[in-house]
Amino acid sequence: MARNARRKRPVRSANPGANPPAGTGGAASAVQAAAPDPALRPFALVPGLAHLMLGRRRRGFHLLFFTLFLLLVVVVRWRAFTDGFSSPALDEWIATRFILTALAACVLFSFLDVHRLTSEQLDAAAAIAKGKSPFRVAIRRFGENKLAVAALYLIVLFYLVAILAPLLAPYDPAAIENPTETQYLGPSLQHLFGTDEFGRDLFSRAVFGARVSLAVGLLAVLVAVTFGTVFGSLAGYFGGVLDNVLMRIVDVIIAIPTFFLLLTLVGVFEANLLALVLILGFTSWTGTARFIRGEILSLKEREFIEAARAIGLPHRLVIFRHLIPNALAPVLVSAALMVGGMIGAEAGLSFLGIGIRPPTPSWGNMMSGGQDALLTYWWIALFPGLLLSSTILAFNLLADGLRDALDPKTLMRRYV
Amino acid sequence: MALLRVEELATYFFLDEGELRAVDDVTFEVNEGETVALVGESGCGKTIVAMSILDLVPWPGQIVRGKILFRHEDLRRVTREKLRQSRGGEIGMVFQEPGAALNPVYPIGRQMSEVLQLHRGMSRHEADREAVRVLGGVGIPEPEKRVNAYPFELSGGMRQRAVIAIATCTRPRLLIADEPTTALDVTVQAEILDLMRHLQAQYNMATLLITHDLGVVAEMAQRMLVMYTGKLFELGRTQDLFDDPKHPYTQGLLHSVPRLGAGRDDPLTGIPGAVPDLLQLPGGCTFHPRCKLSDEECVDEFPSMRTLPYGRVCACYKVKDR
Amino acid sequence: MSLLQVSGLKTHFPFGSRWFGERSWVRAVDGVDLGLDRGEVLGLVGESGSGKTTLGRSVLRLVEPTDGSVMLDGVDVLKLGRRRLRPLRQRMQIVFQDPYASLSPRLQIRRIIAEPMRLYRLANKHDESAKVEELLESVGLEPYFMQRYPHEMSGGQRQRIAIARALSCEPDLLVADEPVSALDVSVQAQVLGILLRLQRERGIGLLFISHDLSVVERVADRVAVMYLGRIMEEAPVGDLIHGALHPYTQALLSAVPDPDPEYRRERIRLRGELPSPSEPLRGCPFASRCPEAQQVCLDLTPKLEEKKPGQAVACHLR
Repeated sequence: MARNARRKRPVRSANPGANPPAGTGGAASAVQAAAPDPALRPFALVPGLAHLMLGRRRRGFHLLFFTLFLLLVVVVRWRAFTDGFSSPALDEWIATRFILTALAACVLFSFLDVHRLTSEQLDAAAAIAKGKSPFRVAIRRFGENKLAVAALYLIVLFYLVAILAPLLAPYDPAAIENPTETQYLGPSLQHLFGTDEFGRDLFSRAVFGARVSLAVGLLAVLVAVTFGTVFGSLAGYFGGVLDNVLMRIVDVIIAIPTFFLLLTLVGVFEANLLALVLILGFTSWTGTARFIRGEILSLKEREFIEAARAIGLPHRLVIFRHLIPNALAPVLVSAALMVGGMIGAEAGLSFLGIGIRPPTPSWGNMMSGGQDALLTYWWIALFPGLLLSSTILAFNLLADGLRDALDPKTLMRRYV
Repeated sequence: MALLRVEELATYFFLDEGELRAVDDVTFEVNEGETVALVGESGCGKTIVAMSILDLVPWPGQIVRGKILFRHEDLRRVTREKLRQSRGGEIGMVFQEPGAALNPVYPIGRQMSEVLQLHRGMSRHEADREAVRVLGGVGIPEPEKRVNAYPFELSGGMRQRAVIAIATCTRPRLLIADEPTTALDVTVQAEILDLMRHLQAQYNMATLLITHDLGVVAEMAQRMLVMYTGKLFELGRTQDLFDDPKHPYTQGLLHSVPRLGAGRDDPLTGIPGAVPDLLQLPGGCTFHPRCKLSDEECVDEFPSMRTLPYGRVCACYKVKDR
Repeated sequence: MSLLQVSGLKTHFPFGSRWFGERSWVRAVDGVDLGLDRGEVLGLVGESGSGKTTLGRSVLRLVEPTDGSVMLDGVDVLKLGRRRLRPLRQRMQIVFQDPYASLSPRLQIRRIIAEPMRLYRLANKHDESAKVEELLESVGLEPYFMQRYPHEMSGGQRQRIAIARALSCEPDLLVADEPVSALDVSVQAQVLGILLRLQRERGIGLLFISHDLSVVERVADRVAVMYLGRIMEEAPVGDLIHGALHPYTQALLSAVPDPDPEYRRERIRLRGELPSPSEPLRGCPFASRCPEAQQVCLDLTPKLEEKKPGQAVACHLR
């Protein structure tokens, strides 16, 4: 019973396109029922439309949603969009070009994918014979996990907001004008999240603050995971003395209390974004390193690795072709989990006033700005707090979904 | 009189990919003192039958219908408390991995005396003494010393003896043994089978022996059931089934097992194809794609049970009723 | 000259810490001599802990032996450096027990089978597909399996892929380590049939490792019985099954259950348990359990000697 830990779903007949279980040669029911009609191809010019008509509901919906969101931003913030084109500021340049590129990519992908689907359906026999790679199986399984997909949507949305911040923010996040008139305004249509003691629009600050929080989270994890993976794989694969030395280094680093190290380092270095990323990254790679080492050690004992060695495959190929692709899945899961933690850590540091310092907004320092007036001007701390927790929650849900989807048991399963 | 009667038992697993029918309409009896073997390949549902009897079906599996009558009482209807008493009390269990059945952090004697206190109402002191006696009874040398041994200190064979000792120390009416010797070497297997036969005679205990090894079946069982893809294919006296298998699957299975000493003249044909995925079972008789006798009539519906002389039943269109 | 000549092979594993406490050795393989010809099948039988698997892997140098020599066509495999070993790896291959663990889960079948061909340049880009197809056909699988992944296949199919991968090196020596014990009974015969047909067609020397004497009887020309890292008896298959000389072989044969309810073998009972392979050996390794053991067995370790034509036994009493 390899899979008894899985969620129970109400009984339903295998939906079309459901993951074909480990087949016994008789390839069945993997192909869509919709008519293989190449005449649908022009509809792909509206991303997602042709997919919906082909019965590829999920993919069609994602494409359509993404496109509509981008178009909506352009239409609603048309002034900002056109201004952004001529603006010398880098972030506005990026935001406007990003929208155009993303829209073009949507159309192109939609068109190519529909082209592939319709021609594949014409050649149904070839589609049956073609196996589903573990990667595609994982994507399908992830797609079936509604909570994880919702979390991914939220994450993508937040990152889009961060990239498009200059187009989305109605006010300048740092501008202080007439503080006496505009300070401490509650949430309203003019100021969605209200204003703070200097009369700054908190929605705009939150939109810009997303950049700091999300960027720090992602980049710090990138640093930690890259470093940890290299370190851990070396120790795990080569073993022996190297393993001993590397792992003792890890032990020593783990023995240093991270929080005080963080405080000291942030105190010594100027707390800019890059410093924060590096500091957070280099204090948290040890977990990944240990984890990867364990993963490699257990993979190394597996017979397919032995088979690769028996063939006479050089180390390089054993590592890159057989070890790393199989070790990557758990790395991805732990990375997703770490992002949430990193975002929290950054917010904590900023809240304590030693991370990102005002006037640059970050969700952490926005919350600290509201802590004095929590009861009277509750909105100051509440909204960034909500954003922060929903982001962390979304990353945890994403990690859960990834873990289920990438579960190697589905690749090695055996029945009762 | 039947000690255990399983009637139209069906246990399904509700997975994301669909409904997996691990056990589907299985009916059989185990009489007092008798050994019945449940034979089949991977995925035939034989282990799930045992788990269903003991109400140990792992989630997301469920018994969806059927009766499990143990001494005329439906185990599916009795209270949890009663079921707990029969489990490990009147029904003993032995599983394949002797290591997994023992708690690694307690000495084996302690684990046994716990069972004795619970099911036979002994005091701690009595139970400890009885544990030594029972361990000696299953052929563990120096039982006074070994009661204090932790599972990891015993070899595989000794561990399985300890598991059997724990399963039988309550003198159960029925012992359910799921692949009790599969993880063991042949020499040790032979000893364990001897032990099981001995205990059975001593306590007049019935055994439901679940195995894929036809050699073990031939040696141990008076009657046997053959299962495939969760369904019962053939049931009857062991001797009859070995001498004259009616179902093409049983025939194929018997032709798959090499017999020591037969040399290469005895052809080992096996069965073409592979055991199908339980989520993608072929329609009709689930064996028809691999069967050499199959024709149109086998494709549509699963054959009903044919009754043959000597309490034998067989689910195959090609076998005619008496 | 025989294809494979193993002499005095020892593989000992360290046990316990290198720096702290005492370091002892597990003598998994403890002085084994074997020979195998082209086109011949040598069955290697033993119970768990007998060292048969370690012996198979030592021959291929998947584990590093401690002592002895393994000659493949007169070249000592154990004396070669990594670089010079590689071309030899092409000539000796292995099929593992568990087909669920022995195929790289993220690679397409085509790549799994073609990997050795590419490595040794046995195929170019143009005829690679044709060769993979040919191999698939030779193990009884349709060409469309090329595009599949291991997780989409049954155990029997996976094991055929494992055989195809091993053969794509065009090896002279194949070690099959319990190749059918993880498979369903009804599928075992197919896989055994395929393995043997290909072995015969290609004149491969096959070292067939198994715990199951009745399977080995069907497959092997000669059989070697291992116990505690040593060969106890070696003989042509018929002589061993019907006229075993060593008490251990006799006990092993008598313990095999027979699939005939009416037939009972007379069983030879063994005392005690397999001794730990980490204890230093004195006398015959089987002496502690042998029903016929005498004083000489406890004192002197018997040598494997030919007692009947073709039949070698390591026992003082025979």
